[in-house]
Amino acid sequence: MELNVVDLSRLQFAMTALYHFLFVPLTIGLSILLATMETVYVMTGREIWKRMVKFWGTLFGINFALGVATGLTMEFQFGMNWAYFSQYVGDVFGAPLAIEGLMAFFLEATFVGLFFFGWDKLSKRQHLAATWAVALGTNFSALWILIANGWMQNPVGSMFNPDTMRMEVTSFFDVLFNPVAQAKFVHTVSAGYVTAAMFMLGISAWYMLKGRHIAIAKRSMTIASAFGFASALSVVVLGDESGYEANLNQKMKMATMEAMWHTEPAPASFNIVAWPDMEKRENLFAIEVPYVMGLIATRSLTDIIPGIYDLVDHSKDRIRQGAIAWNALQEIRANPETVGEDVRETFRQNANSLGYAYLLLPYTDNPMEATTEQVDEAAWSTVPNVFPMFYAFRIMVACGFFFILLTTVFFYYSSSGKLDVLREKRRWLLHVAVWSIPLPWIACEMGWFVAEYGRQPWIIESMLPTSAGVSSLSVTEVLLTLAGFVALYSTLLVIEVALMIKYIKIGPDDGQPAGVQPPEAERPVTGAAPVPAE
Amino acid sequence: MVLYELIDYSTLKIIWWVLLGVLLIGFAVTDGFDMGVGALLPFVAETDIERRVVINTIGPTWEGNQVWFILGGGAIFAAWPPLYAISFSGFYLAMFVVLAAMILRPVSFKYRSKRPDPSWRTAWDWALFTGSFVPALVFGVAVGNVLLGVPFKLDSDLRMTYEGSFFGLFSPFTLLCGLLSVSMLVMHGSVWLVMRASGDIAQRARRFGSLAAILGIVLFALGGYLVFSGYVEGFRITSEVDPNMAANPLAKQAVIEGGAWMANYTAYPILWVVPGLGFLGLLGTLVLLQSKMEMLIFVFSKWAVVGIIATVGVTMFPFILPSSVQPEASLTVWDASSTHRTLFNMLVATLIFLPLILVYTAWVYKVLWGKVDEETIERDNHTAY
Repeated sequence: MELNVVDLSRLQFAMTALYHFLFVPLTIGLSILLATMETVYVMTGREIWKRMVKFWGTLFGINFALGVATGLTMEFQFGMNWAYFSQYVGDVFGAPLAIEGLMAFFLEATFVGLFFFGWDKLSKRQHLAATWAVALGTNFSALWILIANGWMQNPVGSMFNPDTMRMEVTSFFDVLFNPVAQAKFVHTVSAGYVTAAMFMLGISAWYMLKGRHIAIAKRSMTIASAFGFASALSVVVLGDESGYEANLNQKMKMATMEAMWHTEPAPASFNIVAWPDMEKRENLFAIEVPYVMGLIATRSLTDIIPGIYDLVDHSKDRIRQGAIAWNALQEIRANPETVGEDVRETFRQNANSLGYAYLLLPYTDNPMEATTEQVDEAAWSTVPNVFPMFYAFRIMVACGFFFILLTTVFFYYSSSGKLDVLREKRRWLLHVAVWSIPLPWIACEMGWFVAEYGRQPWIIESMLPTSAGVSSLSVTEVLLTLAGFVALYSTLLVIEVALMIKYIKIGPDDGQPAGVQPPEAERPVTGAAPVPAE
Repeated sequence: MVLYELIDYSTLKIIWWVLLGVLLIGFAVTDGFDMGVGALLPFVAETDIERRVVINTIGPTWEGNQVWFILGGGAIFAAWPPLYAISFSGFYLAMFVVLAAMILRPVSFKYRSKRPDPSWRTAWDWALFTGSFVPALVFGVAVGNVLLGVPFKLDSDLRMTYEGSFFGLFSPFTLLCGLLSVSMLVMHGSVWLVMRASGDIAQRARRFGSLAAILGIVLFALGGYLVFSGYVEGFRITSEVDPNMAANPLAKQAVIEGGAWMANYTAYPILWVVPGLGFLGLLGTLVLLQSKMEMLIFVFSKWAVVGIIATVGVTMFPFILPSSVQPEASLTVWDASSTHRTLFNMLVATLIFLPLILVYTAWVYKVLWGKVDEETIERDNHTAY
């Protein structure tokens, strides 16, 4: 395979984003859980809740450091590797990124210092406020980055200006309240909450299996299962909402997620298992459930979901239309002052499809003279590889339903006060919780893949192909940085996981004098400050 | 009449040019002392406990300071998209070096104290040094290159090609700028340590600070002379420019000319105040460093940073990123900004959030204020870095 700058830049972006996204969901969820636990501490005055906040806070800190470290790259990488994209959309896309800094990053980064260092310098309520500020900051940052990302998926509130060669904002309001962005935001933060809940649940289950830190483990489990249950429901419901939105504006993403090559009569059937083949452009086999797909995607019995073939045909029309826009644009660029109003009018009529003309540029220098075969090839290039889309989506959804199931079970045991039953009779459930710790990460990464790989070949849906957004760099340069990031991130990840495990093994401070084994059953906690027995 | 038309497009461009300066200066003044402290760490502190003292003078607050850098990136993207695109892709490998170095910082702070092993801790000390010294140097080198002009071209679709190389970034003048940046930030970091640490550490910091201030004065003067004498050529716009024009960097003519960077000072002699402020800050810091007026030294040190960075800005105005190979493609305040609407919206966001940020940051500093010494570290052994 020949290496090229576009593929390497995509690989680098995917790599740095996926690494970054190993740390972000846990930060988003754990910050809220910390704030919740600390609220309980402030309201009840029971020391054990403070010790919980400190323990989970230590793990939060180890994770947070790498979230910050890997996040640094994200802010600058658009300019480094995607210079033409940056110039083309900065007027729209830059604003949410800047506001993210103003509204979110400053808040979380400034108060995170107080969270760790302010225990003895602040009153209880002041410290609680600092913790909530961190939680709010992290969640706001998700909001703004998803407004930016949502715009790449559904570029509303903007228009291409031929005189400045870029997309420009027409309505900032539309960019903010982009339905895709809003659905994605709730879906993504919910995924973060589930991640943190499963993390806390799994580690607490491990302590219960080991018979250590029982008092803290039980309380943590109660909080985690309740929070996890609500978030798992939310992540699935809002995931469904994201799918619904995708079907409105990214029909190709939907069709490839479902390996739906041909348009079916409504309501379409749902492929549970399939073997999509990109060469033959069909499924080698598929197990279908009738009607389900149509119901989920359109929420109706009569609306039709277009299949890949029909969408490709539609793309051919748009490519032809785009070529007309492209041609008019060349004339406008050559003589911006003197070009006739008729040319500008032609451009305006077809400007919506300009991006499609860029799809032809790998095949021909002049889109106006493209042959039928070239248009055909360009149109098929709008189809992302179906196989990984189909399975990444299914793995994510399966994880989602599993999280609902598992958190429901634990929520039942904790809310009915039967967590000791788990320890005594249902130890296998605790084992399941421990072994489920990695699953939310897998689900999150799959979700990122479906959303971003599923947008290909577009960097901005239907407006600018990814290949056109890249910087003018050499293969060597991108290879160097790619290798550098992989080496650096992998080293740091190994260190991070090792420290996590070390601090999980050390465990929370039970408030017992050193050397005293906590008894098997829970008993009143004796700490520095006496607290009432529960 | 739409809301954003309340402020002229050209006025907004100037406001965003000023805000760009505010962000860069905010970064250099706040994260600047963190970098200075990090660069000094292996030299100003010898034992583990001393190093912990040094780290803990900035440990709780450095993270917020670094956001100035991230916000700088975001704000340039929003307000000056071509600047964001061309500078970061042009300085591609240099940017990678900066990022790789800066990535080491959050982990160094957090992970160093997680294990008692001396070799573990020494490794993180040097990581922190790298994460502080390298960006300080590269930022200066980058500014030097901007003053010289950057070898980029724009085609009619505004697609940029870059004709330089990584090693091409390093020339005598740009290295001078890099060293000036390092001395400025090391001086600033030393002053911070004088203020927040005590005893031997503060004493050593005074020595390093004085040395850095002297070096700063010499390098700033030498750099100024090279520009003044025309050794470093400047850029001049030679065509009519409408300050309210839509963003199109190719709509003007410009030339490279010895002495062009002095034009603003000739036209507005009052601007000499700006480099003057830089010198005053450097000199004041040098003179006062041996005194006990710790807060006042810090004020002078801040003014040195403000003066030096602002000097670059007013020297180049209206240029923000000149091209050495296609001068007419240079980015200027007038032709490289976002739209009228975006500049206005972003100004509103800034006016809402920036004051808030300043207020809560000040409060956090106030809460965490006080000398850090070996006793405080022993006392807070569990929470301190």
